[in-house]
Amino acid sequence: MSLKSIIKKEVKELLTPEAIVPVMVIAIVFAAMGNFMGGIEDELEEKPLIALINLDAGEHGRLVSTILEENADIIYNGTDVDEAIKIVKEEGGSAILEVPGDFSTNIENNVTGTINIVWIMKGVGVMDSIPSAKIDNLIQSINLGISAELIQRENDLDPVHVLYPTGREETILFKDREIEGVSPGTLSGMLSAQSVMVPIVTMILIMMAGGIIISSMGMEKEDKTLETLLTLPVKRESIVTGKVVGAAVIGLIMAGIYMLGFGYYMRSFRVGEVNLAERGLALGMLDYALVGLSLFGALLAGLALSLVLGTYAEDYKSAQSYLFPVTALALIPMFVFMFMDLGSMPVALRGAMLAIPFSHPIIAMRSLMFDDYLLVIGGIIYTFVFSGVMIFFAVRIFNSDRLITGRMTKKDGLLEKLTK
Amino acid sequence: MAYSGDKIGRGGAVPHSREVIQVKDLVKNYGDFQAVKGISFTVKRGEIFGLIGPNGAGKTTTIRILSTLLKVSGGSVNIYGNDVATEPEKIRHIISYLPEDAGAYKNLTGREYLKFMASFFDGGEEMVDKGMEIADLGDRIDDKVDAYSKGMKRRLLVGRAMMIDPKVAILDEPTSGLDVINAQEVRHIIKDYARAGTTVLLSSHNMLEVDFLCDRIALIDDGRIVEEGTPSTLKERYKANNIEEVFTRVVK
Ligand SMILES: Nc1ncnc2c1ncn2[C@@H]1O[C@H](COP(=O)(O)OP(=O)(O)O)[C@@H](O)[C@H]1O
Ligand SMILES: [Mg+2]
Repeated sequence: MSLKSIIKKEVKELLTPEAIVPVMVIAIVFAAMGNFMGGIEDELEEKPLIALINLDAGEHGRLVSTILEENADIIYNGTDVDEAIKIVKEEGGSAILEVPGDFSTNIENNVTGTINIVWIMKGVGVMDSIPSAKIDNLIQSINLGISAELIQRENDLDPVHVLYPTGREETILFKDREIEGVSPGTLSGMLSAQSVMVPIVTMILIMMAGGIIISSMGMEKEDKTLETLLTLPVKRESIVTGKVVGAAVIGLIMAGIYMLGFGYYMRSFRVGEVNLAERGLALGMLDYALVGLSLFGALLAGLALSLVLGTYAEDYKSAQSYLFPVTALALIPMFVFMFMDLGSMPVALRGAMLAIPFSHPIIAMRSLMFDDYLLVIGGIIYTFVFSGVMIFFAVRIFNSDRLITGRMTKKDGLLEKLTK
Repeated sequence: MAYSGDKIGRGGAVPHSREVIQVKDLVKNYGDFQAVKGISFTVKRGEIFGLIGPNGAGKTTTIRILSTLLKVSGGSVNIYGNDVATEPEKIRHIISYLPEDAGAYKNLTGREYLKFMASFFDGGEEMVDKGMEIADLGDRIDDKVDAYSKGMKRRLLVGRAMMIDPKVAILDEPTSGLDVINAQEVRHIIKDYARAGTTVLLSSHNMLEVDFLCDRIALIDDGRIVEEGTPSTLKERYKANNIEEVFTRVVK
């Protein structure tokens, strides 16, 4: 009864137009960004780094070499596939192109000449598929070049074959996984949309909801409504829970508004999802539920932490400065995971990232694509334990003098110690 | 939620003595600083008792301890047979506390605020109606609290404090910062409620209002009670025209 009315009051008190308008503006900005991202791929001029294994001594094979030598940086030119992969990985190249020995013969005999491509993907960031787009263009050029040659000379080949004399078979190497028959554009489109979305949503959600709860504490102290609340026949636990749940409700509403913006943003990435599902990379319902749970755990952890911090706030204004630690903790994992994966981090950084509860939805998203359930479930448990500990502290603070006396006692104590 | 807002609920567990608030040798330390230095007083049922003293005397500290907000550092406080240190939940059912300079939730309307507060006491429409009657805000009751003047806010809060029919109302500087008219109205509300049986413990640094308002007062200075009695006996004792003069003579 009173818990319900506390939650209701929290929502009413805090879900104001001032709170919602900025959220909507940012959501719209993201929607616009989605359009912008679509166009970025065409822009780059730099030559892609590739390895070439040309086993075909024929006329068409030579043309392939010529076109590639002109338009790409060939960092390995030989016959050893493993060596080529090693070098491309080391040099940060994008792909290994292999022209089989029967390439020319096949084309001359009405059989599609296959180019085998091994894509080395280093990450799933937004920019990671750009080199592959350029290589795609080169392969188009190769196809055109061979086609032109065939047309120029007299032949009795199938006209369709003359127009499309080449084909490709591709494999992606990513995170020790071989993914066959998918182009990097498709993969990174899907993965980057997801791996960009989850960290940003996490960050926004934590910052929003944390801000709400800290402001609420500041306002309650400023107006002394908290003092009144604490003399009512209601359990401290109910007050704490009411605050956390109230802020969670608002946070979820706000996140919902963001997701609408994001839905639009993500449409620009959603190509070939079916393909990914076939490769076992797309997330299933259970996976999404786990990500959701992880996000919820992180939200709860953020709220509980914010509540503890909010108890230090004296008024609405000072409350804002106590939001800073929460903001920092939400931003750091977002940026770190943009550049690195858990596996490639130094141990200390990995420990720090695992300790920050807001990392776990990000980790969950990535781990689930590669079926690392242990890390995900462990992370979820951790966020809930973290929340529990924070709520325990919050209740203890709510039962102590400090909530009423504020920092004053401590400050005085410290001042006295310093001046003595 | 054991307490019912009904008048019938009044006087359920009254101890044999009429002294419903007993404060004995109360001490409160903030770190190294002793804000309350061993004060004792009792308040009888239905009485308006005033803690009167200058700013920083320890009134708010004392009142917060009685309202279950701060822990006692020494001595004891007993309200209607319940010890504040061990049974704060029971005390919360029978008291109504009005903090000094308090506000209400800015984005709620006056009516919503009263409803919110009534929900803690299982009080329905009746309780809210009563609060609105005391606050006497007319149509403005449906405006946001943010738009209220200081006087309106205080009336709303006094309405909130009194609508639950508390056994003990603990009011910290209920009239401070108000204009004459509003202050007078608030005093009348308090008087009316005490007449109806609510025991009132209030504080004030305005020594001129207590003549009218309080049945009995304790003068408090620097964490100690320096005098105690009815306003008239104190004035007689010190041959003073008002309590302000009494106070200056006592602390001289
Ligand atoms: N949280 C606190 N920490 C340290 N000292 C405090 C705190 N609150 C009040 N005090 C000090 O205790 C004394 C009594 O304060 P208070 O009870 O608020 O007085 P009053 O209400 O009579 O004006 C003052 O000297 C005040 O500075
Ligand atoms: Mg005071």
